[in-house]
Amino acid sequence: MSHPIYIVLIPLIPLVCFLVLGIFGRKYFTNSAGIFGTLGLLTSTLFSLSTAYEYFFVSGKLNGVFQKIEVLKFTWLEFSPGVSIDLGILIDPITVMMLVVVSFVSLMVHLFSLGYMKGETRFATYYAFLGLFTFSMLGLVLSSNIFQIYLFWELVGVSSFLLIGFYFEKPSAVAASKKAFIVTRFADLGFLIGILVLSFYSHTLDFGVLIERLTTAGSPYLNTINAASFLGVSALTWGLLLVFMGGAGKSAMFPLHIWLPDAMEGPTPVSALIHAATMVVAGVFLVARLFPVFALSDPAALQVVMYTGAFSAFFAAVIACTQTDIKRVLAYSTMSQIGYMMFALGVSKYNGEEGLGYMGSMFHLFTHAFFKSLLFLGAGAVIHMVHSNEMKDMGGLRKLMPITHISFLIACLAIAGIPPFSGFFSKEEILMASFESNKLIYAVALLTSGLTAFYMFRLYYSIFWSKPTDSHHGHHGEGTLTMKIPLVLLAVLAIVAGFVPISSWITADGNAIHSSIPITFSILPVSLAVIGILLATRLFKTENELPQRIAIQMGGLYKAASRKFYIDEVYLFITKKVLFNLIGKPAAWFDKNIVDGFMNLLAKLTAGLSELIKGYQSGKVQDYALYFFGGITGLIIAFIYLWK
Amino acid sequence: MSEIPLTHILFLSTGLFFIGVYGLFTRRNMITMLMSVELMLNSVNINFVAFNKYLYPEKLDGIFFTIFVITIAAAEAAVAIAIIINLYRSHHSIDVEDASEMKY
Repeated sequence: MSHPIYIVLIPLIPLVCFLVLGIFGRKYFTNSAGIFGTLGLLTSTLFSLSTAYEYFFVSGKLNGVFQKIEVLKFTWLEFSPGVSIDLGILIDPITVMMLVVVSFVSLMVHLFSLGYMKGETRFATYYAFLGLFTFSMLGLVLSSNIFQIYLFWELVGVSSFLLIGFYFEKPSAVAASKKAFIVTRFADLGFLIGILVLSFYSHTLDFGVLIERLTTAGSPYLNTINAASFLGVSALTWGLLLVFMGGAGKSAMFPLHIWLPDAMEGPTPVSALIHAATMVVAGVFLVARLFPVFALSDPAALQVVMYTGAFSAFFAAVIACTQTDIKRVLAYSTMSQIGYMMFALGVSKYNGEEGLGYMGSMFHLFTHAFFKSLLFLGAGAVIHMVHSNEMKDMGGLRKLMPITHISFLIACLAIAGIPPFSGFFSKEEILMASFESNKLIYAVALLTSGLTAFYMFRLYYSIFWSKPTDSHHGHHGEGTLTMKIPLVLLAVLAIVAGFVPISSWITADGNAIHSSIPITFSILPVSLAVIGILLATRLFKTENELPQRIAIQMGGLYKAASRKFYIDEVYLFITKKVLFNLIGKPAAWFDKNIVDGFMNLLAKLTAGLSELIKGYQSGKVQDYALYFFGGITGLIIAFIYLWK
Repeated sequence: MSEIPLTHILFLSTGLFFIGVYGLFTRRNMITMLMSVELMLNSVNINFVAFNKYLYPEKLDGIFFTIFVITIAAAEAAVAIAIIINLYRSHHSIDVEDASEMKY
């Protein structure tokens, strides 16, 4: 890479936006904050695109294999010679892809928010937070060592917390932001321990060195970490599983997913940016970053990743079929699609053509970012017009908002996996990879894919059809031009992103994958998707009694799914009843009675003693003179008669 | 004529000293207390002069010390009177019983 400076600028420009808007925003940029932030992001995006161009077409390859290039490295905290924490920038195919995705989606969201957030009193603060988030996310993907990624990981968590709680007058938003923060923090605790385990045994924090030391067969580091074990599981598996726990928390994998649906309390463009396209895929990115260690040294941990991902994908898809808040449907759909990416990594192997799952996962991450942020921005435009998140308040909007309607339809087709939209291509790769590796996972993936098509079109029909057009009186039309441009751009990308030759760019070992998917393989998933769509058309295109009747017939299952399988209640039970009563209360008793009691006893003794002697401080000068004189006399007697 | 023995002078200075101590502890008026302190200082002066005279008649050290004590007594009186004036300004009284804010 010829110039590291401009790669450094990619995350630094949003940071500058954050600082300027955060400090001076409310005074000097009350109206121009949006333009300021958007222009900053535009510069970052251009730098990202040129980095991508240069990496993929000019300097990335060495002997036909894409290299990991460390463009910058300096020591940040040196504890003792040889033990230090470094900061650096690592460029490899997934980093470059994430750079483009993050900065582009962020730019779209900045642009969309110009119209969506217009007139907010904390407009500048909003853009400052967006800048902070973009900075942290870009820093995360550029990190060259595992500690640095942890720093940015936490920064991302903080900015997500700030943005979910942006409408802090609403108690539900405050609760949601706290929930998101606590759940992900809990997962990050695992991540931190995982980092410590891995770096303790490999004696490094640096990704390149760590991966090399833990994957080379017969290396002393690999031998010791495999020999050490805890509860019958080797230290390597523990380390990787704990790191995956952090990833699962951020990526809303079961059972740490509970914060994601509630996170929809934030402004909708934020949901598009953070809780659909960028931050929630950080977990996938993390597993992909450490993928060689997972794949080459510890297939058991990779199995856990696979089953967690597959279960989350299916579980979330079932819940998504029953939700009535459109943003929650999208949230569960996000969770389901991230589950796809996770199990695609899980079924993958490292070398050559067998690395199809890894490639499919990254491909899906890439396409999903575009169509899912499009779905969220479309939902944002709808909410902006209807002022409600509930499906029952919508319906028949297709004539009123034609651009939103068409782009939303494109995104739905893409996520349902209908050719030639982008989702089709990435989903096929994932299905193919799971077909080759594990039939059970393949079956789950197929079923989920059908469900996805069904619930997405349920959403689509409920918003845009279902009721006669004239039931709404749109008072401010479809939104401003700045809201339409991102929709159109993202819709174009949702169509064409599938044609990007990811398979020759982003693979586990850097070699291109040339296998193509036979057309016969695609028939089953596509026809399942079409069945899902047709079913949704029958049930939801026009208002009728059928969905209601089916829901009643399904009875308990429907109710359980619509209540999200009571996971929140289970958590509440565990925290309130078990943790609180069995651990919290005894601990509080101990604290109040034993710890405080000891301190109170000391204080009482001191108080009693001082009560006894305080009379001597009478405030009378002559008393003091008397004590003085008495003391002197006593000393004289002592010196004369006792000093021998 | 026989000399006055040293003990007579010591009796005098001891009496003077304890009269001063008694005054310091019983009088509530600050001026009187100051006068008691002066009495104590003067009894010390008498001691100095007497011992100088009876033990080392050829030297003058004790006499010099007496002059120092007198000087310091003058300075002390000046400081004490300044304090007394300030006390009077703030309390409209020079009775030490009235100034007891600094108790527990």
